[in-house]
Amino acid sequence: MGFEAWIEVSRMDELGRQDTPVHRIDARAKTVTTLLFIAIVMSFPRYEVSALTPFFLYPLSLMAIGLIPARSLLKKLFVAAPFALAVGIFNPFFDHRTAAFVGAAPVSGGWLSFASILVRFLLTVSAALVLVACTGMHRLCAGLGRMGMPHVFVVQLLFLYRYLFMITDEGARMLRSIELRSSGKASLRFRAYASLVGHLLLRSMARAERVYRAMQARGFDGEVRILHPTPLRWSDPAFVCGWTAFFVVARCWNLADMLGALMTKGEL
Amino acid sequence: MNPPVVEVRDLSYAYPDGTKALQGISLAVGPGEAVALVGANGAGKSTLLLHLNGYLMPAAGAVLIGGTPLTRETAAAVRRAVGMVFQDPDDQLFMPTVAEDVAFGPLNAGLTPDEVERRVTKALERVGKSHLRERPPYKLSAGEKRAVAIATVLAMAPDVLVMDEPSSNLDPRGRRRLIEQLRSFGHTRIIATHDLELVVEVCSRVIVLDGGRLVAEGPATVLLNDEALMLAHGLERPHILRHLHPH
Amino acid sequence: MHMSDALISPAVGGTMWAVSGGIITYCARKVKDSLRDNLVPLMGVLGAFIFTAQMINFSIPGTGSSGHLGGGLILAVLLGPYAAFLVIASVLTVQAFFFADGGLLALGCNIFNLGFYPAFIAYPFLYRVIAKDRYVSSRAVVAAIAAAMAGLQLGAFSVVLETKASGMSDLPFGTFVLLMQPIHLAIGLVEGLTTAAVVSFVARARPEVLPTAVATPAAPVRLKPLLAGLSLAALTIGGGVSWCASTRPDGLEWSIAKVTGKKEVAKPRGGLHARLATVQEATAVLPDYGFKPPETAAAKPDKPETSGPWPAVSAGTSVSGIAGGLATLLLVCLIGFVLKKRHATA
Repeated sequence: MGFEAWIEVSRMDELGRQDTPVHRIDARAKTVTTLLFIAIVMSFPRYEVSALTPFFLYPLSLMAIGLIPARSLLKKLFVAAPFALAVGIFNPFFDHRTAAFVGAAPVSGGWLSFASILVRFLLTVSAALVLVACTGMHRLCAGLGRMGMPHVFVVQLLFLYRYLFMITDEGARMLRSIELRSSGKASLRFRAYASLVGHLLLRSMARAERVYRAMQARGFDGEVRILHPTPLRWSDPAFVCGWTAFFVVARCWNLADMLGALMTKGEL
Repeated sequence: MNPPVVEVRDLSYAYPDGTKALQGISLAVGPGEAVALVGANGAGKSTLLLHLNGYLMPAAGAVLIGGTPLTRETAAAVRRAVGMVFQDPDDQLFMPTVAEDVAFGPLNAGLTPDEVERRVTKALERVGKSHLRERPPYKLSAGEKRAVAIATVLAMAPDVLVMDEPSSNLDPRGRRRLIEQLRSFGHTRIIATHDLELVVEVCSRVIVLDGGRLVAEGPATVLLNDEALMLAHGLERPHILRHLHPH
Repeated sequence: MHMSDALISPAVGGTMWAVSGGIITYCARKVKDSLRDNLVPLMGVLGAFIFTAQMINFSIPGTGSSGHLGGGLILAVLLGPYAAFLVIASVLTVQAFFFADGGLLALGCNIFNLGFYPAFIAYPFLYRVIAKDRYVSSRAVVAAIAAAMAGLQLGAFSVVLETKASGMSDLPFGTFVLLMQPIHLAIGLVEGLTTAAVVSFVARARPEVLPTAVATPAAPVRLKPLLAGLSLAALTIGGGVSWCASTRPDGLEWSIAKVTGKKEVAKPRGGLHARLATVQEATAVLPDYGFKPPETAAAKPDKPETSGPWPAVSAGTSVSGIAGGLATLLLVCLIGFVLKKRHATA
């Protein structure tokens, strides 16, 4: 993860602050729905592939209405893929039992479960990214707080996020100044890294002290109070119920198979 | 003469490592006055400022705000009366949006949500940045950050405004706007700054610090025009006065 | 080491969420009760710092690869265990949200694997014990390396346990462990060296920010608490996760059988591994878990109960299934496209 990665954070932040029908849905409703989505997707038996496909409707429609460009999401999926793939890729090696037939050709369980892992990966990761891109960090954290996340932790997330851009900026500047002085090497040497990180740490701690001073100057008493957010509207529970109904239906009945049966019957 | 709003009597302070930062400073600022604190780096300006809102406690001597002496017990009340704007706005804008930052002070003071909302709106209007309400702080320009930082303090309705290097990092237009704002405030203002041109435009009185001591005090145009005095204490005569004859 | 959602079952994910959530709540209360309200900005800023430090890499000579500071241990040194855990959890949360570095369902697992061991095991029982408060010394380097390695080993092992308990991976337990542990041993060494370097930098520049032996509560100097802590952790993971692996009891007991049967994992890689292996044996004879005879690596264990009988697996077996799957995808994309067009012009 290089510095260009934090540009992604900035872009996600911009996406999160847009104003679309999806963005206006309460953060709690979206979070609950997304978590349900992930849980239901992962509750499928390991060889299931086609039954998972209808679930793509959730992230794709949110992206469409929420004006989230597909390209940035795809890039992140690509970067995040390695671990899931690295573990999943072993399945075909260990599971040779034939689980299915494509026409007359046998397909091993290993390949099926690997395909299933891939599809699940795409679904779960895109749902998570879409949640953040359609909500924004501020509303998301406030929503999480109202759902019971400890206040100290909510504040911690908000402060981290607030100073993330500043400190990565400082780090980038320090890195650049070192790079300008070290004959074009790709990576830092250990000593340079330790020194950079050490300096950055000290500067960060000094900044934290100054921020504390400013907080005290405005009457800080240990409790960070967040402004009262907007109340729930009818569209919020409707969002949750509607999508949950769809997830349950898609879980209990293999919609893809049904569609396919319809199509092949029509052809025959 | 009106009783002073800010009074410092024989204040002394030394840092934990022993360096004497302030030695026997005494001064008084009346209501509505705009006073500048000038001096070379290390003269003790910031240390003095930090005493004015109770962040530092005097080692010797006293600080009185509105007649109330500063002690650990009165520190909270003093902070409500003295609004401090620090040098780096990024240190003061720590909430997710501008509105939240401006609301921070009033919320801590225990005001009702409606009153908080009123204060936020008024403060942002006062600095002309109402349109930035929902903006996150890292998306603001230096001038906008400075203005919003001032708003965060104005929202607490303080009696005294204390500012540390308010014009640093501002472009000419931003600086001009700041000067106009400072001139328009009715609060008692104490401004520590290197920007001597700003001092001439905004402040009526100047206090010169050097090596932790108060070495000169008087009307701005007179003191700043005294070239020998300025040079003796690591300063210089501001350009704007070069066409003025001392009178 | 960030786990993805695709390999976690809802049961395992949910359990670890409960565990991590409980620890977060506990730490939040501890931080609040500490009355050190300067922790609020400090924790936030240090979280941002760790994030940044992880983005910068240094080259490891001779290997052609690069490394960076993980940060769990140094946070524990600077903030103490409770605040450090919260900061680690917050960094992982932001990474999951914005980079898909670790899934949302798996976030509970990741927070536990990467936060609990450095903050509550490695720091108090290894680092404090060995380094005491001599931050600029060879003791400190040894302490950092030992603590970092231990923390990462425990974390990596938890990843294996959680993945196997979820039943999505066919990778045999033994092979999985052999893949994970050695890599994380090397990573632990790098993390320890880096942590020691940064800590000594801070100790030289601003020693007052580091805790002294007198100022903070006395850490136990004996070995027993260390072993007790490690055993407890292993028992919790081994026992707790295996209890919750209700969907895949066979998988875990099969891997336990593999461990005890094959003895590959019992290779002593320091006292730590032998100890964990013996603890694994202990959990294997807990009630409700039969003891399956060991099988060879090539054969796949049956998982009959939960998948349904083999012929009934309908994951796109027939032409209609495949056609249906593709058609569904196409239909979904079409819907998405139409929605996008409508809302872009609206």
